[in-house]
Amino acid sequence: MRLSVLFEGIWKNNGVFKQVLGMCPALAVTTSVKNGLGMGLATTFVLICSNFVISLIRNIVPSKVRIPVYIVVIASFVTIVDLIMNAYLHDLHKVLGLFIPLIVVNCIILGRAESFASKNGAADSIMDGIGIGLGFTLALVILGGFREILGNGSILDINIFGSSYNPVIVMIMPPGAFIGLGFIMFLINYFEKRKRS
Amino acid sequence: MKNNYSMIIVLGIFSIVAAFLLSMTYQGTKDKIEEAYRQELIKALNIILPPHDNQPDKDTINIDDKTVYVAKKDGKLVGIAFKTLSSKGYSGDIDVLVGVETNNRIYGIEILRHAETPGLGSKIESDKFKQSFKGLTASDKIAVKKDGGIIDQFSGATISPRAVCEAVSNGIKFAENVLKNPQVIGGNK
Repeated sequence: MRLSVLFEGIWKNNGVFKQVLGMCPALAVTTSVKNGLGMGLATTFVLICSNFVISLIRNIVPSKVRIPVYIVVIASFVTIVDLIMNAYLHDLHKVLGLFIPLIVVNCIILGRAESFASKNGAADSIMDGIGIGLGFTLALVILGGFREILGNGSILDINIFGSSYNPVIVMIMPPGAFIGLGFIMFLINYFEKRKRS
Repeated sequence: MKNNYSMIIVLGIFSIVAAFLLSMTYQGTKDKIEEAYRQELIKALNIILPPHDNQPDKDTINIDDKTVYVAKKDGKLVGIAFKTLSSKGYSGDIDVLVGVETNNRIYGIEILRHAETPGLGSKIESDKFKQSFKGLTASDKIAVKKDGGIIDQFSGATISPRAVCEAVSNGIKFAENVLKNPQVIGGNK
């Protein structure tokens, strides 16, 4: 039961590719693999914490105020992560600083709180947080890699095509995020449909 | 009615607990964060100022509402550094720290804060770009090549380097005035 929750989150129920949630951070930060990875892991941490706390309090929160309560919990964790990262991982915070407050409005987190953590126990909710979080990280790394390779000719800041490569600059600009996501989702859907039939 | 009260109480309790946790974290990290920003400034100052043996981040003078960091070696002035900014960036202000030697030449620049497009405008952070300002004076044409200057722009991104050039060329003019100021040159603090 528990392990299946984990794997479902990573692929079958992938937040970006399958549920098409959390588009704002997925499109905005994926200009490189490094940014995608950092954002994904920070989100994963918040998701695990918020899922855990919400599964513990699920029986005492009246249903009419559950959404404000969830948002208070999520926003508190994000602010704590922001402050701690600024203090102890200052260089990483310089790269991601702009995007961390965005985690609050990532609807994957509120979505999991509402659809999973508020109905399941603590252990399962943590597993779900890990699974969905890693799935989100995976999606951001794939999209970030796609855009970085085409738009900058490099991967993880290492040049792979040599200096003669003329980068497709549009790929690291905002439109490239939509183009990249569109192609990746097309490929995933194409192969999954072919496998099924 | 009973349900309404429990709503208020539960939300109130959660808000109080959250506020308490946040203030604890803030108190716990405040000094660390300040120290991290100070280290960052010291690191930048060490790159853009000629070799010195004082602490420029503490040895400052206020001129025209600007903080000027003074670098000294054996008590003698070797260079000054200060922040300058351009609001003509692609998105938001660009803060630049400029270091100038006593002979009015730029020793180095460092980009402190910007929000330019990652991968495009953000190349203003690259060493190659920052190096291209070294040794320039106010009489050099500090502008991108597209505007008839001597600084390389990047393919696809002209606005960001142009903004940096604006900030630096304003800065070097300011530095010339500061270096004429006896308060700085004779500063025997």
